[in-house]
Amino acid sequence: MVNENLVKDVVKEPYKYGFVTDIETEKIEKGLNEDIIKLISQKKEEPKFLLDFRIKAFKKWQKMKEPDWAALGYKKIDYQDIIYYSAPKQKEKISSLDEVDPKLLETFDKLGIPLTEQKKLTNVAVDAVFDSVSIATTFREELAEHGVIFCSISEAVKNHADLIEKYLGTVVPASDNYFAALNSAVFSDGSFVYIPKGVTCPMDLSSYFRINSGDSGQFERTLIIAEESSSVSYLEGCTAPMFDTNTLHAAVVELIALDDASIKYSTVQNWYAGDEEGIGGIFNFVTKRGKCLGKRSKISWSQVETGSAITWKYPSCLLLGEESVGEFYSVALTNNLQQADTGTKMIHIGPKTKSTIVSKGISAGNSKNSYRGLVKMGTKATGSRNYSQCDSMLIGDQASANTFPYIKSQQPNSEIEHEASTCRISEDQLFYLQSRGIEFEEAVSMMVSGFCRDVFNQLPMEFAAEADKLLALKLEGSVG
Amino acid sequence: MQSKMKESDPILEVENLCASTDNLPILKGVSLTVYPGEIHAIMGRNGCGKSTLSKIIAGHPSYNITNGDIKFLGENINSLEPEERSQSGIFLGFQYPIEIPGVSNLEFLRVSTNARRKFLNKEELDTFDFEELVKEKLEIVKMDHAFLSRSVNQGFSGGEKKRNEILQMALLEPKIAILDETDSGLDIDALRIVASGIKKIFNAQTGIILITHYQRLLDEIKPNYVHVMSDGQIIKTGESDLALELEEKGYEWTDNLIKET
Repeated sequence: MVNENLVKDVVKEPYKYGFVTDIETEKIEKGLNEDIIKLISQKKEEPKFLLDFRIKAFKKWQKMKEPDWAALGYKKIDYQDIIYYSAPKQKEKISSLDEVDPKLLETFDKLGIPLTEQKKLTNVAVDAVFDSVSIATTFREELAEHGVIFCSISEAVKNHADLIEKYLGTVVPASDNYFAALNSAVFSDGSFVYIPKGVTCPMDLSSYFRINSGDSGQFERTLIIAEESSSVSYLEGCTAPMFDTNTLHAAVVELIALDDASIKYSTVQNWYAGDEEGIGGIFNFVTKRGKCLGKRSKISWSQVETGSAITWKYPSCLLLGEESVGEFYSVALTNNLQQADTGTKMIHIGPKTKSTIVSKGISAGNSKNSYRGLVKMGTKATGSRNYSQCDSMLIGDQASANTFPYIKSQQPNSEIEHEASTCRISEDQLFYLQSRGIEFEEAVSMMVSGFCRDVFNQLPMEFAAEADKLLALKLEGSVG
Repeated sequence: MQSKMKESDPILEVENLCASTDNLPILKGVSLTVYPGEIHAIMGRNGCGKSTLSKIIAGHPSYNITNGDIKFLGENINSLEPEERSQSGIFLGFQYPIEIPGVSNLEFLRVSTNARRKFLNKEELDTFDFEELVKEKLEIVKMDHAFLSRSVNQGFSGGEKKRNEILQMALLEPKIAILDETDSGLDIDALRIVASGIKKIFNAQTGIILITHYQRLLDEIKPNYVHVMSDGQIIKTGESDLALELEEKGYEWTDNLIKET
């Protein structure tokens, strides 16, 4: 059909962030063993407790098996063929941004994340991570005035070891899963956020992860702690160059919310997805989990997943505190030969806990897009409620969409509601919009944004505009 | 067919149009010319090709033109995209307006109106200016402002959908409007509102093609010409009293006409 072909043309995406920064890097040799882990820990001048944490995790990882339950197919990863530490060479101690290699600043500039004093974003503090290390964090002094700590996790290990020792691995234990164990053994950098009691973080915090090197993996680790009655909105963005090899990205994110605290964590993931034949692209195996430890605490995940060759990601909430709230809002767009298996786990442990899941999957090309979610009501979760809505949209006739909702209830006095739908952008809908003067591409992108509206409404305003633009870009030909 | 000399150039000329879908011929040589200020009615049984004719004029991709031409303001538009036809002033009022979940009616109307305005070299309207314009047009179809914040046609009753079509016609100010069974599914009151709306939008520079089964719409909007279609062809053309005759004698009468010829 004429229109089917047109749709295929429209969903061809140009990847704007595929460039490589030519910069001298310090890399360690390929492969993974205890010596490598000791070397990473030594390079980062870590305290003993952290080295022990890594070694313990590595021993666990060696006994574990790579999970195969996801609806994903990919070539086996050779974990000995990966470089576990790669950092741009720069001076030992950087006291100000002026000492950062201009090439790095230029890279982030090009990515739309200016870091320098003159150009930096005015309302968002940014932690910029390049391969294995954090390059710079903006607005640190301003945040410090409010008692907010926002820095790279490596720095936090040095300056706030007590907090790291207290919380690291308490939400995602090293033994949680294969990729979490791997990350716990070799994690290099990532962001650390601490919001003290009663503080509403005065600006959005954001981390930008950039993979530059083709043969090294990125294993970032993020830890966010919100003390009693505090709140924070955190944004995360990611891009990578175009290589014809696959790069492994295995991150762990842990969130902890105490009484009446709230954390909003938003992601726009645009890792390189591979080309039309499925060559190259990032393997994205991520464990993200939040613990609503306190009463009336709230953790809200929103994600727009458009990149990566493989996405394996289930941002989850452990709802321990009475009346705590977990939310998951997700848009996952797959195209060409991309595969995504993503969803969430809402584990209701405390009484009167509430969770909401809204998932929108869009599959185009020959891609495969699965929602996988677990809602569990524990024995003490009396009066708890969950509402889930999982919608899939198919573009073209070669893409596939799956929904795997798992529900376990051990508490009769709780409510679980699940709705699911699948739709296809129909020729009639497109013709209707076109017959009102709206160009074909705009018609497709209007319908896709319309489909994602419920999720976009949850994103911080600037992010929502960016997400809308990103989807439109992904769905546009080389027009404009 | 229309042998009288006209003072101005035709808006739409359909010449010996043959079209098929999935290799199945639907139109078998339709000719029809609409001059400014004219209202044409097309009647005929279900499946005779009326709706297909309207979709082909609007550029629906499912149909192939196998022979003949469609000219709009003297230009052949056979290969124009549907959006180009709309922008240049062809409007199709759908028999079954399509629901588009998640897309706000207001935004849809604004984007659509601006596409037409851009073509006419008129300034595109921002949200505020458009609100003003749409308020004025809502009056024409007596629609409530609340319709604008809903998704396009979603959850609209049959009558609301048809009024939304006429609202779009009012905003787009087309040169020619083809209204495909706009009267179906309307109660008497809604029919009057829709008919009076159409009459308000119609003027001496524009043309209308009404596709209908019923006389009651033609009582409200008197056509200059009535065409009867059967099996992909126009088999009879007359003035407005032809519709009355058809209502009285039924389509069997036209079946017999074909047999005679």
